[in-house]
Amino acid sequence: MILAKVVGTVVATRKDDRLLSSKLLIARPMDPRGKAEGAYLVAVDTVDAGMGETVLIVSGSSARMAAGLKDCPVDAAIVGIVDTVQVGEND
Amino acid sequence: MQLARVIGEVVATVKDANLVGSKMLVLQPLAADGAAAGRTLVALDSVGAGVGENVFFVRGREAAFPFYPAEPPTDATIIGIVDHWNVEPTRS
Repeated sequence: MILAKVVGTVVATRKDDRLLSSKLLIARPMDPRGKAEGAYLVAVDTVDAGMGETVLIVSGSSARMAAGLKDCPVDAAIVGIVDTVQVGEND
Repeated sequence: MQLARVIGEVVATVKDANLVGSKMLVLQPLAADGAAAGRTLVALDSVGAGVGENVFFVRGREAAFPFYPAEPPTDATIIGIVDHWNVEPTRS
């Protein structure tokens, strides 16, 4: 799983039937200290996350194990809203 | 599977129902010489690892297998704590 910050929303009228009623968000991956890294991605939100929140994103086929995404054409799902991240000083 | 060092912890109150009760740790993947190699990630813990320990973890759909029959939505899970490892020096 990766940490990411929610930076936007996606609206798509024409989409796969199994994505109807799923909420799509744009997220920017970040390191544990909050620095942005890597490319933006579109993820299905399963936990009611909102703009500016730090979230956990699960990628690949594992994303389909998130609640309500069984057999959906999805490779990134938001599965948690992060309260805190604690990392050591040296690493 | 990959080697990594546990460098931190993640706390999330709102999360998928199948993630409730599982520990989430921040991992820094390692090269064979122990140096940091690649991006950090968050993994579930199935072996009781802690910050500062060297571990190995599995990626992908298989990351849910240690929790069978539960199926938590995870793409990375710590499946072992490393006591020590040896790498033969490469001859050039």
